Order: sequence, then structure tokens, then C-alpha cells
Amino acid sequence: MNEPVNPDGLSVLDRPNSYIGKTVPRPNLERLMQGRGLYVSDMVLPRMAHVVFLRSPHAHAKIIKIEADAAKRVPGVIAVVTGKELAAVITPWVGVLSHLKGLKSAPQSAIAIDRVCWQGEAVAAIVATSRAVAEDAAEIVSVTYEELDAVTDMRTALDPATPVIHPSLGDNLAFERNFDAGAVDAAFADSDAVVEADFIFGRHTGVTLEPRAVVADWSAAEARLTIYQGTQAPHMVQNLAALHLGLGEAQVRIVCKDVGGSFGIKVHIYADEMATYALAKLLRRPIKFVADRVESFNTDIHARDHRCKGKIGVKNDGTITAFEIDDLTGIGPYSMYPRTSAIEANQVVNLIGGPYASKHYRARARVVFQNKNVMCQYRAVGHPIACSVTEGLVDLAAMKIGMDPVEIRRRNLIPDNGYPCAAPSGLRFELLSHHASLNKLMAMMDYDKLRAEQAALRVKNIHRGIGIASFIEVTNPSAAFYGVGGAKISSQDGVAVRMDATGSIICQTSITEQGQGSESLTAQIVGSVLGVSMERVRVILGDTDNTPYGGGTWASRGAGIGGEAALQAAKILRKNILDVAAVILQASPSELDIVNNEVVNASDGAPRIELKELARIVYFRPDTLPPGIQPEMMATRHFVPREYPFAFTNGVQASWLEVDTDTGFIKLLKHWVVEDCGTIINPQLVDEQIRGGVVQGLGAALFEKCIYDERGQLTNANMADYLVPMSGEMPDIDVGHVVSPTSETELGAKGAGEAGTAGAAAAVSNAVNDALRPFGATITEIPLTPQVVLTALGRI
Amino acid sequence: MTAHVQISLEVNGERIDAHVPPRLNLADFLREHLSLTGTHVGCEHGVCGACTVRVNGDIVRSCLMLAVQTQDASVETIEGLSDSGEIADLQAAFRDRNALQCGFCTPGMLMAAQDLLKLEAEPDRDRIREHLSGNYCRCTGYQAIIDAIETTARARKERTS
Repeated sequence: MNEPVNPDGLSVLDRPNSYIGKTVPRPNLERLMQGRGLYVSDMVLPRMAHVVFLRSPHAHAKIIKIEADAAKRVPGVIAVVTGKELAAVITPWVGVLSHLKGLKSAPQSAIAIDRVCWQGEAVAAIVATSRAVAEDAAEIVSVTYEELDAVTDMRTALDPATPVIHPSLGDNLAFERNFDAGAVDAAFADSDAVVEADFIFGRHTGVTLEPRAVVADWSAAEARLTIYQGTQAPHMVQNLAALHLGLGEAQVRIVCKDVGGSFGIKVHIYADEMATYALAKLLRRPIKFVADRVESFNTDIHARDHRCKGKIGVKNDGTITAFEIDDLTGIGPYSMYPRTSAIEANQVVNLIGGPYASKHYRARARVVFQNKNVMCQYRAVGHPIACSVTEGLVDLAAMKIGMDPVEIRRRNLIPDNGYPCAAPSGLRFELLSHHASLNKLMAMMDYDKLRAEQAALRVKNIHRGIGIASFIEVTNPSAAFYGVGGAKISSQDGVAVRMDATGSIICQTSITEQGQGSESLTAQIVGSVLGVSMERVRVILGDTDNTPYGGGTWASRGAGIGGEAALQAAKILRKNILDVAAVILQASPSELDIVNNEVVNASDGAPRIELKELARIVYFRPDTLPPGIQPEMMATRHFVPREYPFAFTNGVQASWLEVDTDTGFIKLLKHWVVEDCGTIINPQLVDEQIRGGVVQGLGAALFEKCIYDERGQLTNANMADYLVPMSGEMPDIDVGHVVSPTSETELGAKGAGEAGTAGAAAAVSNAVNDALRPFGATITEIPLTPQVVLTALGRI
Repeated sequence: MTAHVQISLEVNGERIDAHVPPRLNLADFLREHLSLTGTHVGCEHGVCGACTVRVNGDIVRSCLMLAVQTQDASVETIEGLSDSGEIADLQAAFRDRNALQCGFCTPGMLMAAQDLLKLEAEPDRDRIREHLSGNYCRCTGYQAIIDAIETTARARKERTS
């Protein structure tokens, strides 16, 4: 045993000068604050040309003819390429996974060939020396369409009278899942009250501030494609670009520099990105594509758009007897590639009722095709739907039996000493803390005082509401998410750590950075384990040539999976360093430790040799080491969870708001979150993930909706008409923590990236209904626009 | 296409002479002609605030202003404010408070924040939120940004009093 035995029983993370659990500034902020980051949209390469996509104005139409001769003659235009021409260099794809039984979709091409299936689908690529020239030329490309009936309403998508979008599939049903656990009918029959409601969730989108952007650079000399892209999953992009361009993986390199927001928007492969890779190969030069804001609204994946019938049974003592749902969602004309568009509905089925002990649960989820933009996984996939339905039903049940919403939760949340256990849907929970979290929340918000304030204001005709939402969050996904279904998306991540000749540390990780703090948390873990100060640790990520193979950063996996790999790699390097130090110092490794960049005595902390001196000997004077000693100053470790398919976290949110019953406007006054993500590596980064997530959920709750008309036209594809949360409307958010580490890893960290988004809308909806209680109005629809509120109040 | 126009202006204190198309907006001029890529383009219709720069001392949306309108003007970008040290304390407060995640909105946020701090000695949180209400941030939820600006305002006030 070479690890020093620590008499206090502390782990490798509880060391002197450990960075774990400490707020330290992220190392990569300075360049971003000085405007000296490098986003893909900033990049310029020699001979780089720009592509602009001509996009369909129709939701569904046949392409009869494309006339591009005039456009090709515009000075500066390099090429105008149609879908048929591009198909010579890139193959189509089908977004299905085998573990989602029955999921079907149709082949999708990089550029539409015979038919367009949503407004915004690309029909031609115009490549020119500048984007402005390409846009000018795009205006004179003439496309003749024959408009087809558009399928827009998900409620009628399966009706026999509705046209089938892909006749080869037989119908518009992409996926259906039915689930039945326990004895649901008996449980409802045994209830004192049964409450039903229809929950409606608007279609919204991610609105990353930097639009999707790609620079694809084909080197004809090396037969190698380098793709610069702001992606969350570089190795996934590498695999798919190679597959569809007929290249070997070694011929494709993905480089990911700074990324201007992702949130799941940039974890997919989009048709226009595939087209850009193909154009680079076809035209043998670097091609840049940067979506403009209209294109972002029309082609970035949309999310949610569910209609979910929910039913809950309850006894007069507050015991919840059963949950039942029937969920319907519309995903556009294709299941997205490669993660598919059935995951969200599948998650809804998995997560409904998740915080509660009730064992009787029945669900149906149907996923249908429509002629609207594609839908797929966006931050907190399925969670906001499941949480809003579950927590909405729990509040309705409480109201029905006259019980306080906090009390009904206390009586039904899985007890904190009841783990490990499983949800009716089969999810396995290692250790959650619903009651401790709820207790902490009550203290933070001073619940009783707030209730008194609410009552006092009621008599003044001021209508404030309190909304509570408990939630669970899927984090640290194993291969159960995608790998088992045949997707070539890595669920393991790797970290390589090495000490260089001056004692500084280089760390290559396969997780990626989009602002969450991946770089920081990696440096914190490695620095802590090695006893090296953070400024000596340099982290490299986002480059398939220069990092271990891995999944990237999505589904709240960076800290829990990539962090554990960093910890294990650093432990090996630490051992290797101490082995060499022991040889140099003629000591036993167990007598030595590394603290503050130097090897010290484990017993009294006396300095023995600085790391930079050790490194000098290793690299420049290995001749002075005894024969047979070959120091290994680089170590690599990988990690993937094996015991639990997902590390579930939990938490609870509360909203305090005021409804203006004359105008329908909602003013958010305060928001609280208590969250349990296990070991906290950097408290500030966790809190800011929670806050950012909450505000995305608040946007969905109050403002955000992609409004389509009956012909499938997106009518608000700009930031003036599609409302996002701005600083003026957002409340301060208090964040608290309960810490239940996962014992599947030494680090003990679970994810935190989606907790905020998971429960924010549910808390707001419940608070609005609490505020409107004197009016007998109940709203189960988001966004809660003034129109929705006034309609519920019968004012319009 | 319409003939290019000759313009002369000052950018971050440096004299610039350029031939530009009349339709070129200031954001694209800064980014593509001067390689000052710290000015970001988020929406191209004046809503998101990512392209905020200072022209003759006032903050403007550089996507809504044409390059030809800057004849004889003094334009300052995030690179200029960083190098002059004018906002070093504000940047330090942003760093300490982690008031940025992806960083794409940050140059515009810093521009707008410094504008407020020059106008008002001690704006309260509501006033800060109001002044930033034209700058979109998808990552942070704004609170950390408000905190950092509030901290900077207090520190500056203490230094001057």
C-alpha cells in the first residue's frame, strides 16, 4: 500500500489546501471578459468561404425545380449546391435507437432533395467569399414548390383523415410507450378523492446567445477533415461526420473552442452542420456556417410541446394512492439524430411521481410527427413536464382534501431513511434527501411567515402565491441512456494527467466546457489530489486529437463522471511521483506527501523536495536515478458508472409571486432552491448552475413559446417577439444544499446542471394557482401569459 | 453594389481609415475588418445587447449602426476598455462572483454596466436590473451579474468618498 495512511480517515480530497468544496475563480474567465475568447463565429482560416442556406418558406412542399444560374453568376459566388448534388458526398441518416422499442423515423438528408418537411429546412447551399455575397445570391435562387398539406396539430396527427408525412412509415406515430405498475384501478377505487387535469406545455427553444456555428476545413493533401464546432460532444460528432462522409474516424478531428451557450442545443447533429462538413469536402476548402437568429429559431431543436392528461388519487389523510398520465408530444418531421426525439416522452414516463412513495402508476406516452421544426433534448429533458404534472396534481389533490401543500408532501415523499429503493417506473434511487431538503427550504423561506403575509395582503386585494415543487434529476448517465440503444455516444470519460519538466501539470479531459466550469472543476480535483496549486494546472479539452475518448458535457455528467476520471488519474500520477521521490530521497513512499507543490514528510510536513526539482531530475538527469527506475509522469484513467444506470439527485423549489388580476401579469418576487448533488466541488459554480437553470425554467413558465400558425409557419422567429427572461423580470434566487454523496465514486459528486430547470415552472404554476385560489381558477398551462391568466379568471 | 465609402474614425484610441460598403454595420466592421471579435453578434436586430460598444461616450448597439455613421467618431470596444484598465475592477468583480458562464454576453454586459456606473454612483439592485434589461444572458440567471455590479459600485464609492 503506497497511499499514506491518514489517521483522521480523510480521503484524498480532504487534504491540506484542498480545493474541493471551495469557491475558487474559474481559470478561463479572463479571456472571455476581455473579449479575447475564441468562439467559432470569430474564426477565420485561409481561403475560407461562407455558406448561407436557402430555406423552405413552406412547412410541407414538393421541390419541383431549383434555378440557380443567375445566383452562380454573382461575383464572389463559389458554388450553389442542391440536396441532390450534395448527396454525392454525404449519406442520409435515420434517428432511431433500438432500446426505444418501435421508434421509427424516415431518412433525413443534409439538404432536402425532393421534398421539404418544415419551414426552415434547407433546400440549397450558397457558398461565397463573404456571407453578405452569399445572402445576396440566395435571394435570386428560384425554387418552384408544390405546397402539400401540413400536419401541424399533434392532437389530430394520428387521425385517419390526417395526411401521413412519411408514407413509408404507415402513420404519423413515431413512438409509443405504455407502462403499468401496481394496481392502479384498485388504488383509484380505494381513494377518497380523484383529481384529473390536462397540462399543456408550450413548444420552446434554447436561444443560445451564440448561434450554432461550424468551420469545416477539408485538407485534400492530408485527406483529413478538421471541424471547428461549438459542440458538447466532440467524439460523437467525429464518429458521425466520418460515418456519413465515408471517412475513417482518424480522418476527422473535432476542435471545440469557446462555446456561446449550449444547454442541449449543441449536443445534436444538425442537417446544416452535416451539409457544411460535406461542402468543405466537395469544394476542398474551409467553409464557415454561422446561423443567424431567424435560422436559429427555425432550426435549433425545439423542446417540450407536450399535452399531458394527469390523474391522481388521494385519501383524506393525504396518502397519495396512484398516478396516471397520458402524454402526447409532437416532434417535427424527423426524429433527431443521433439521440432521437423519443427520449423526452420516455423521460416523462420514467419521472412522473418520482419523489413519492406511491407504488401504483400507469402511463401512456405517444410521440407524433408534424411539419414543424425538429424537437429534441434540451436542458432537463422531460423533467419540467414530469415535475409540473406531478407537482400540479399533488397540489390539486391537497386542495381537494383541504390539506396544506407542504403537509401533503411530508406525508408522501420517500422517507430519507428509505434508500436504496426504486420508483414504480423502475428507476433506482441510491440515496435521496427529500425531507431534509424540504425542511431546509421551509427554514430558508420562512414558510409560516410568508403564509401570514399572504393572508394579510389578500384583504388588501393583493394576490400573492406560494408554490412548492419537489423534484428528482437524472445525472451521471451510464450507457443506459444511449449506448445500449446502439448510438455511438460514449458514456465513459477519460482524463490524462502529466507533470512536465518544471513541475506544472497538464490535464487532458474528454469532458467539454460551455461555461459550466468543467475546466475549473478538473483543475480543482487534480490540484487537490496532487497537492499542486491550481495555477500550475492547465486543462485541455474539446479536441478529439488531444484528449482521451469520451462523452463530453451533457446530461449533468461532467463533474460526476469526468471529475471521477480526473481524481483517479491524479491518484495514479501522485503515486508515481511519490515513488520517484522515495527513490531520490531514499525514503518510503508512505512516509511522503505532496503539499503546495513540494514533496514533504507525511509525519511533520517538513519540506523534502520541490516538484520542479523532482521533475528536473526525471526529465533532464534520469542518469542520476538508480538502474531500472523509469518514472511515469503521465497517468490516464477512465470512468463510467456501472452500478446505477443514473445517479439521481433531488431537491425542492419554491416560488413567491404576485398576480395582477386586472392585467394578468405575474411578478416574481423570490425563488428558493434546495438541491442535493452529492459532493460539491465548487459551491459557487453549483449555485450558479442552479440559478441559471431556474431562470431557463422561469422563461418557459412565463414567456417562451414558439408560436406556429395552422399552416406550420413559425410566427415569432425573432428575439423581439419570442420573449426570453431578461434581468428586469427575474427575481433573486436563494440556493441551499443537502449533501448525499454517491458511493459509486470516490468523488461522490452527482450532477447539478438541470435541477433548476426541472422544477422552476412547476413551482411558479403552483404559486399562481395558490394566488388565484380565491377566484376558483386553476391553470395547468405554460407559458402563463397574461392572456392565459385573464382567460382563467374569466376576464377575457 | 453601391460604391464603398471612405471613413476615418478612432477605435480604442487608434486612428482608422477604411473603405467600407454603405450597408456594413458597425458590429461587422469591428469584427470582420478590424478583427475586434470581442464585440459579439447575437441577434442582429438590436434586442440581445451582445454587440454593445461605446460611440462618442454613449453605449450603442453596433448591429443597429452603420459603419459609415462613425465618421470622425470615437469608438470603444471591450478590448479597448480592457487594455486601458478602465473596467479592471468590474472585471475582477465578475471573476470573483462568477458572473459569466459561456461569456458570450459578457463584453456587452460589461459595457452596459460601466455605462451605468459612470452615470450613477450607487445604483440599487432594481436600478441595475433595469439598466441591464436590454442585455440577454442565457447562462447565469442575472443574479451574479447584478451582485458583481453592486459590489463594484460600492467599492468605487468608497474609494472616492
